[in-house]
Amino acid sequence: MSAIIDVKGLVKRYGARTVVDQVDLAIEPGRICGFLGPNGSGKTTTLRMICGLLTPDGGSGTVLGEDIIEGRDVIKRQTGYMTQRFGLYEDLTIAENLQFVAQLYELPHVSRVVDEAIDRLGLGDRRNQLAGALSGGWKQRMALAACVLHQPKLLLLDEPTAGVDPKARRTFWDEIHALAAQGITVLVSTHYMDEAERCHEIAYIAYAKLMARGTAAEIVARSGLHALVATGEGADKLAPKLSGLPGITAAAAFGATLHLCSPDEAALQRAIATVTDRNIKWRETPPTLEDVFIHLMGQATDNMVAA
Amino acid sequence: MSALKRLIAMILKESRQIRRDGLTMGMMFVIPIVQLVLFGYAINADPKTLPTAVLSYDNSPLSRAITRAIGATGYFSSARAVNSEAEADALMQAGEVQFIITIPDGFFRSIVRHEKAEIAVEADATDPSTVAPAIAAVNAAITQTLAAELTGPLASSRPAPQDVQVILQRRYNPEGLTRFNIVPGLLGIILTMTMVMQTALAVTREYERGTMENLLAMPVKPLEVMAGKILPYVLIGAVQVAVVLTASRILFNVPFLGAPWLFGVATLLFITVNLAIGFTFSTVARNQLQAVQMSIFFMLPSILLSGFAFPFRGMPGWAQALGSILPATHFIRISRGIMLKGATFAQMASEVSVLALMLVIVGAVAVSRYRVTLD
Repeated sequence: MSAIIDVKGLVKRYGARTVVDQVDLAIEPGRICGFLGPNGSGKTTTLRMICGLLTPDGGSGTVLGEDIIEGRDVIKRQTGYMTQRFGLYEDLTIAENLQFVAQLYELPHVSRVVDEAIDRLGLGDRRNQLAGALSGGWKQRMALAACVLHQPKLLLLDEPTAGVDPKARRTFWDEIHALAAQGITVLVSTHYMDEAERCHEIAYIAYAKLMARGTAAEIVARSGLHALVATGEGADKLAPKLSGLPGITAAAAFGATLHLCSPDEAALQRAIATVTDRNIKWRETPPTLEDVFIHLMGQATDNMVAA
Repeated sequence: MSALKRLIAMILKESRQIRRDGLTMGMMFVIPIVQLVLFGYAINADPKTLPTAVLSYDNSPLSRAITRAIGATGYFSSARAVNSEAEADALMQAGEVQFIITIPDGFFRSIVRHEKAEIAVEADATDPSTVAPAIAAVNAAITQTLAAELTGPLASSRPAPQDVQVILQRRYNPEGLTRFNIVPGLLGIILTMTMVMQTALAVTREYERGTMENLLAMPVKPLEVMAGKILPYVLIGAVQVAVVLTASRILFNVPFLGAPWLFGVATLLFITVNLAIGFTFSTVARNQLQAVQMSIFFMLPSILLSGFAFPFRGMPGWAQALGSILPATHFIRISRGIMLKGATFAQMASEVSVLALMLVIVGAVAVSRYRVTLD
């Protein structure tokens, strides 16, 4: 079966600023694709172009087999888009919000659809509570329930778990996997590395450009990064000193340990050599996804400066 | 000293925020200027050149001279000659003339014979404030004309002042009660105020609360959004009208002479026009505060130039032209016409069609301003 999202060369400009620059993205059916990148890198803009809320200034492609510009209305009907900011009405109750959404999509048996959604959420006893009274985690779960009410084939989630506690995040992701198991394709933007690792595949965008694509393992393997971890009294305090050294991508304290990484093994060795303290023990460690992203971000900035 | 530093920090921060909100700043300077111009130039509580019909049964040089003299007072526009009472009444009911001056048959003969002669002036007293100065002018004009015309052999026919009487008849509002004029007008102002403001917030509120993006991502068409936001307020507006009318009947005994269905149709039309205007504001304003400011900015001329607070005919041409593009102006004419004069559909047709035209234009602007994307 052909790709659910298949767009090429997407460009979006605001004045002189290019916020999305030549982004290609193809996602196969039933996959969960994590969309990562620093703040302001163009993730939200890309999602909005895919669901027809923004008109691209360049590029073309199809979503659910429909042209992203011509087929905007058809795409809207089969896509669920969850906005970064809570997009439902805080002054309506949970049931009223879901009813409104169900009616806009012209779903048959609105009240049954709403009841079922509320039961699935486990909010039966709170159905008449105002949505604004829900906690952050519940709001997000409710928003997700609202955007799958019409059984879309594609889900676009824009940082759905920002500011949500770990348990609620876990529940949220269990729901995403359950939806994917039903064949729904998911493109979800996030800043959390643990969430990135729960995705089937990842797209990493930095400063408007797509920098990496593939599974988490592939991206790490392809990065060519080397990493070391330092233990011992005072290892964590070395971070500020080492992070400024040439060739070092990142030097970050994790508790009492220090995590050091670089694409260049020799640079790592030179960095270690500057540490004279004998108590500090170094050992090799596989680079993390976070290392890779920080490295990619650095590369993207270099490109910007070069251009 | 540290209190002063913190005060300065606070002032600096507030000034920066104020400067960043261009529309608010603009309003703070534009509104006083607009008020100054409207109160200073446009408003005139002593209106002149009021449209007048003359029904003369006495075809004598003297009555023609009197007609001319009345026209020359400045209070009456060049008199429109009519041939029958029915014709004159219809013009007044439709609001096309404000005065009917009737010169009786044999007026000249009565004067010459030193009999009592009467000139009838019927005034449309739905706006009582315009009547009194005009009547005073009629009296003066007649006295002067008689003195000027009756010269030579006719000098002896000059009547004693008490022999020529100007009979004033206030039509539609015989006691000249200001509240009769105010209540139907107030209806237009109340509806303008509430209806425009409510929908002005409608779209802006969705943007400000972050629900717009979600709404746009769902399959709902601009016209559906607009109609859906407007229609509940039509009902609210209708209830408002019912409440105001009932209260004005019970508390002020304001009459309602015309057809309720006609009034109902015109009112619904007027409410919808205002809601569409509010919706258009809502698509322009960037936040709810701006939407409220735009509504207030619209209210100002609707109160001052519509004929609600001051006589419409007392305003200079440019102010009347400006007033004519405000829906309140037309609705106030309709509500006064129907409530106080019992005007018929045929007489109100032109005002009603202006409102309908406004609805089409404003509606088209509102829908075209509404964006289906976030571009």
